[in-house]
Amino acid sequence: MIHSLFLINCSGDIFLEKHWKSVVSQSVCDYFFEAQEKAADVENVPPVISTPHHYLISIYRDKLFFVSVIQTEVPPLFVIEFLHRVADTFQDYFGECSEAAIKDNVVIVYELLEEMLDNGFPLATESNILKELIKPPTILRSVVNSITGSSNVGDTLPTGQLSNIPWRRAGVKYTNNEAYFDVIEEIDAIIDKSGSTVFAEIQGVIDACIKLSGMPDLSLSFMNPRLLDDVSFHPCIRFKRWESERVLSFIPPDGNFRLISYRVSSQNLVAIPVYVKHSISFKENSSCGRFDITIGPKQNMGKTIEGITVTVHMPKVVLNMSLTPAQGSYTFDPVTKVLTWDVGKITPQKLPSLKGLVNLQSGAPKPEENPSLNIQFKIQQLAISGLKVNRLDMYGEKYKPFKGVKYVTKAGKFQVRT
Amino acid sequence: MSSNSFVYNEQSGGGEAAELGQEATATISPAGAFGLFSSDLKKNEDLKQMLESSKDSAKLDAMKRIVGMIAKGKNASELFPAVVKNVASKNIEIKKLVYVYLVRYAEEQQDLALLSISTFQRALKDPNQLIRASALRVLSSIRVPIIVPIMMLAIKEASADLSPYVRKNAAHAIQKLYSLDPEQKEMLIEVIEKLLRDKSTLVAGSVVMAFEEVCPDRIDLIHKNYRKLCNLLVDVEEWGQVVIIHMLTRYARTQFVSPWKEDGGLEDNEKSFYESDDEQKEKTDRRKKPYAMDPDHRLLIRNTKPLLQSRNAAVVMAVAQLYWHISPKSETGIISKSLVRLLRSNREVQYIVLQNIATMSIQRKGIFEPYLKSFYVRSTDPTMIKTLKLEILTNLANEANISTLLREFQTYVKSQDKQFAAATIQTIGRCAANISEVADTCLNGLVCLLSNRDEIVVAESVVVIKKLLQMQPAQHGEIIKHMGKLLDSITVPVARASILWLIGENCERVPKIAPDVLRKMAKSFTSEDDLVKLQILNLGAKLYLTNSKQTKLLTQYVLNLGKYDQNYDIRDRTRFIRQLIVPNEKSGALSKYAKKIFLAQKPAPLLESPFKDREHFQLGTLSHTLNIKASGYLELSNWPEVAPDPSVRNVEVIELAKEWTPAGKAKKENPSKKFYSESEEEEDSSDSGSDSESESGSESGDDGASSEDTSEDSEDSSNEQESENGSVAEDKAATKRNPETKGESDSEDGEKKNKKSQTSDSSNVESSSIEESSSESESQSENESESRKVTKEKEKKLKQDRISLTKDVSLLDLDDFNPISTPVALPTPVLSPSLIADLEGLNLSTSSSVISVSTPVFVPVKTHVLLHRMSGKGLAAHYFFPRQPCIFGDKMVSVQITLENTSDQKIENIHIGGKKLPIGMQMHIFNPIDSLEPKGSITVSMGIDFCDSTQTASFQLCTKDNCFNVNIQPPIGELLLPVAMSEKDFKKEQGMLTGMNETSATIITAPQNFTPSVILQKVVNVANMGAVPSGQDKIHRFAAKTVHSGSLMLVTVELKEEGSTAQLIINTEKTVIGSVLLRELKPVLSQG
Repeated sequence: MIHSLFLINCSGDIFLEKHWKSVVSQSVCDYFFEAQEKAADVENVPPVISTPHHYLISIYRDKLFFVSVIQTEVPPLFVIEFLHRVADTFQDYFGECSEAAIKDNVVIVYELLEEMLDNGFPLATESNILKELIKPPTILRSVVNSITGSSNVGDTLPTGQLSNIPWRRAGVKYTNNEAYFDVIEEIDAIIDKSGSTVFAEIQGVIDACIKLSGMPDLSLSFMNPRLLDDVSFHPCIRFKRWESERVLSFIPPDGNFRLISYRVSSQNLVAIPVYVKHSISFKENSSCGRFDITIGPKQNMGKTIEGITVTVHMPKVVLNMSLTPAQGSYTFDPVTKVLTWDVGKITPQKLPSLKGLVNLQSGAPKPEENPSLNIQFKIQQLAISGLKVNRLDMYGEKYKPFKGVKYVTKAGKFQVRT
Repeated sequence: MSSNSFVYNEQSGGGEAAELGQEATATISPAGAFGLFSSDLKKNEDLKQMLESSKDSAKLDAMKRIVGMIAKGKNASELFPAVVKNVASKNIEIKKLVYVYLVRYAEEQQDLALLSISTFQRALKDPNQLIRASALRVLSSIRVPIIVPIMMLAIKEASADLSPYVRKNAAHAIQKLYSLDPEQKEMLIEVIEKLLRDKSTLVAGSVVMAFEEVCPDRIDLIHKNYRKLCNLLVDVEEWGQVVIIHMLTRYARTQFVSPWKEDGGLEDNEKSFYESDDEQKEKTDRRKKPYAMDPDHRLLIRNTKPLLQSRNAAVVMAVAQLYWHISPKSETGIISKSLVRLLRSNREVQYIVLQNIATMSIQRKGIFEPYLKSFYVRSTDPTMIKTLKLEILTNLANEANISTLLREFQTYVKSQDKQFAAATIQTIGRCAANISEVADTCLNGLVCLLSNRDEIVVAESVVVIKKLLQMQPAQHGEIIKHMGKLLDSITVPVARASILWLIGENCERVPKIAPDVLRKMAKSFTSEDDLVKLQILNLGAKLYLTNSKQTKLLTQYVLNLGKYDQNYDIRDRTRFIRQLIVPNEKSGALSKYAKKIFLAQKPAPLLESPFKDREHFQLGTLSHTLNIKASGYLELSNWPEVAPDPSVRNVEVIELAKEWTPAGKAKKENPSKKFYSESEEEEDSSDSGSDSESESGSESGDDGASSEDTSEDSEDSSNEQESENGSVAEDKAATKRNPETKGESDSEDGEKKNKKSQTSDSSNVESSSIEESSSESESQSENESESRKVTKEKEKKLKQDRISLTKDVSLLDLDDFNPISTPVALPTPVLSPSLIADLEGLNLSTSSSVISVSTPVFVPVKTHVLLHRMSGKGLAAHYFFPRQPCIFGDKMVSVQITLENTSDQKIENIHIGGKKLPIGMQMHIFNPIDSLEPKGSITVSMGIDFCDSTQTASFQLCTKDNCFNVNIQPPIGELLLPVAMSEKDFKKEQGMLTGMNETSATIITAPQNFTPSVILQKVVNVANMGAVPSGQDKIHRFAAKTVHSGSLMLVTVELKEEGSTAQLIINTEKTVIGSVLLRELKPVLSQG
């Protein structure tokens, strides 16, 4: 399946290679560079490239390209999903998935890659298992290791690998037993010029941070499970139980993980918490234009909307912008033509606005379309869909865990067309 | 932080510039470049020294640095000898890093690599499974052809390893060996076959992967494992799921008949826009010709459904393509929701999923229509995603949603991303072509775009308008005139060419403009693009033919220019046109038809989706994404006309040994065992039962390999069994079975060859085999005795246990046992001589205080009617109690049911329907039987926990068409299991069970009925009890325990002096059962 893996940074250096079958020369990446050049934008590099002898499947994550070499037919999603899993693992181990982190920990990276694939077929990808096989680096451990000469490689097969719950490591012990759940909902929306909603949808996830000793068996129930339309589960969740009772019943992995992700059924109308008044105009035959946007709260359910950021990709002909924000601060990058306005909180008394002039390249025709506004915001303590966790029960262990649920609503892909 | 520092060292030292250069060009061989630098050489020296040092920490440091070099792609091969020495290091981390090194360089240094082999061979025998597994991994990864035989041996051994993890690695090693030496294929297939039978979820994915790589055409290997794979699927790890689902999709396409409507296939679906249409058609179709889905086909579709909820996009896609390719059309709809969900994922996932949706939406708009808005484009999407979304939107467009879509398209057209805007224009064109209602609106819109400032947009519009106008040769003179004017401003060659062509084609409609255009173009001819030049020539020719008065000179001028053009195509075309249109003496007959040739009605181009041609690829594959056949792509075959014999998938139920195996799993109620299929357990349990671990001996050779060994116990016991009870019995069993299986596979092959006579053939084969089995069960011959053999083996084990327990074995007079054994042997030839020997062994230990279950002394052949053939509409069922310890649960009584088809039609899908059991009672049902041929019969076993009561177990025996209520009421004697105990123990136990626990009766009968053998025979006939050796002639003792609670049941028959009276005493805690048993024994013993 996966023959080789090359890690390439933004400037086109191959800084790590790993082969699971016979060695494939680095020169195979030339095809990738070619495609990259053609695509101009990193986002547009096709994930699957065909070369005379190999196929290259790549992902772009955290300014790095993970390029895998394939020789025979394989479902491309299989490889893509796996590469993302590799990046996730690096993130998990080193706190970030960056060139520096990988170079610093090249031996651990190599050991990880060795465990994750055998002959190109995934072997151990669960983070709980990997962490038993190869201990994540900590400063303390590396000091101890250098003195005692002990290693961070486990010498027994993790029990999880053989058990029916491969995601949980054995012998977990905590002095404080805690289980936290974050219900995070994102609003994806397209708002058209006139302010009416073209498309809106709520996508949610429940992320869990479980630090419980032993083998706890949890069940989480909702007040209104019917809201959840389409759900995807972490493998630990008992599907049948959900089907029959709409209860999430599971033995959790240890640590942080995504329990479910869901989509709220589309019949429900989505409440849009903000509105934007905008007037952007470019004058014909003149080198300037006007820019004026105001943001206001709408259907915010009595909660404050915070962390508002507006990002605008201005047309190429825009040279510079001179604006005055009524609140927050703004930056305009004349190279990428990206305007970012960091608004902060909305106070209903005085609505935040951003006004001013746009300088255009003289002589160039005026842009035809006004740029669309990408808006980010956050509302704490609220799940916009109204989803509520009813209770969390634990079976199988004696102690009483500390439990907590947090709700957050965020803007997902929230776009206002102007 | 030693691991960190060296990386930096590497970078700072050793000429970084050279490295960079090397990477950039990547053409200079790394080795060459490396050797040039003396500093590097020195560094290697120092590495060598570190590797040779006695301290592990130094070695580890050295290895870490070397791995760093490998990771950078630098050559470290010259360190090979120094590294290889450390392969046997005790330090696990050094070892692992050495492994990494070896795998990388062994191929280059084959001779030296051989030095390490012995270490691996030793490690293959290590008690730690992790070490065994990693040794196998490295051994199979070093790609040295000389060791192929060693690898082969190692794989064979590992495939029988007790650890499923090692077996998983063996499956991986198969692929490696195959790529190293394809000649091993045959042997490897054998290993694959063996591993396919493995019940571990850990192995399943890997072995199917090996199957796909080594022998994807050997679909016959899958038959027997098909149901198991379907049932295991949800518990397999996600990567394995993807591989298995893809394989099963292919399998299903070869083994089942199409669930789609007959005349349909994929093509005609374009017409049916709506699902409901679809369904209706299907219904009407069904009326025409009944289609019944193979239950196995249904099983696959049902069992993959939960996986649509997987977090892994690859799994979701795999299930989606499975539904797309093999499920009935009406059920495909459910995949759309999950696929749309994936669109929230990463850019790369979106790209692949959208591609697949694009292909699907061409054929079936219906299923994605509700999600139309999910495909709306955001300005921040990458262009490739935008174009794909646009493609899907186009496919989904219909009369109902086109107005919304067009409004949406208006936004897109104005997009800053001009490539995308151009694609949108094409899309609008396609919508206009497909949906005639909006054609005019679209055309107007496009015409408006002609005044757009951006040239790309205008050019694209021109091209699209040209195509649209060609489709409707109505009066669009205005548009054409407008476009003629555009020629002054527009510079994109394709657009110019399109306009010229359009004017030429419609030159009679715009008689005023056309000559003028030609005039302008003649002026600029030399500076035009080749494409435009050709069109100018065309235009000239057309005008010459229609309006020669005005344009004769112009055309000739153009033709002259063309004659001396640099491009030979243009010169060629010029010559050709001149010959055709300018009449001279040389021109042939063709010039008469010049007008017809140039101004013929041209068919309008078909505006088609660029994804149209991908549909023949299996969805979700690399080939589909690239639209090229990737190497190793396996075609999805068309549905067979007639389904191949479905019975090949039957796992022989008759073969009792297999039925028997599961014990462990069923017993242990492990909540974490099956996450997804918990409630399915019941319906599938018999299935999984037969599938799960087999520890019985009759599986013969591969016993150890196939048993799952989750529990240490079963591991041990099967081990013991294998090693101790000798290969003799096994060999026997094996040889016995082998011809059978061979015969079967032969007949299969035969079937395949002559497909036409297949059905009749197969039914023959089947019925014959069933006849065989029925005769077997009647005479209790071969088959039965085989099952005996299994019990025998178990007994042997028991015996061995006991012997090991008792220290002082006192040999008793064998005569004592003859009276016992003779009647046992009398009624049926059930007990083979060796069994008697076993019994002797069992009873040897008089002084032992062990009370343990022994084998039944006698098994009555009496069968009870479960379902009469009259009331069962041809299906008759009998049951009898084989008196075997039940394998489904130790509290269950095993029941064997013989089903017989007395009708003259095939009875299909025999299974157990609703159960009506008293509280506490449990039942383990048998696997559904697919079909029973007329006159055929089949024996299945079940387990029922009667809770030590004679209450009836009521349940429904269902066939495809009917359900029959049936009951099993156990005779009291069947609720017991014989117990072997010494006389002393018996007395001791009896002493504790007096008073209320004792019931007794007096029996009067003729003295000849009181011979020991007769009494024994009578008692064991009624109740499943074991005889207790007795020191007194006049007292006969029998012992048993109840199946459910394990309470002792002691029966004593004490003969009185006069010879015609006897006292029957029963001691038991379970007084109710005791008294019932007494009531039943009394008349039997009194009888003559």
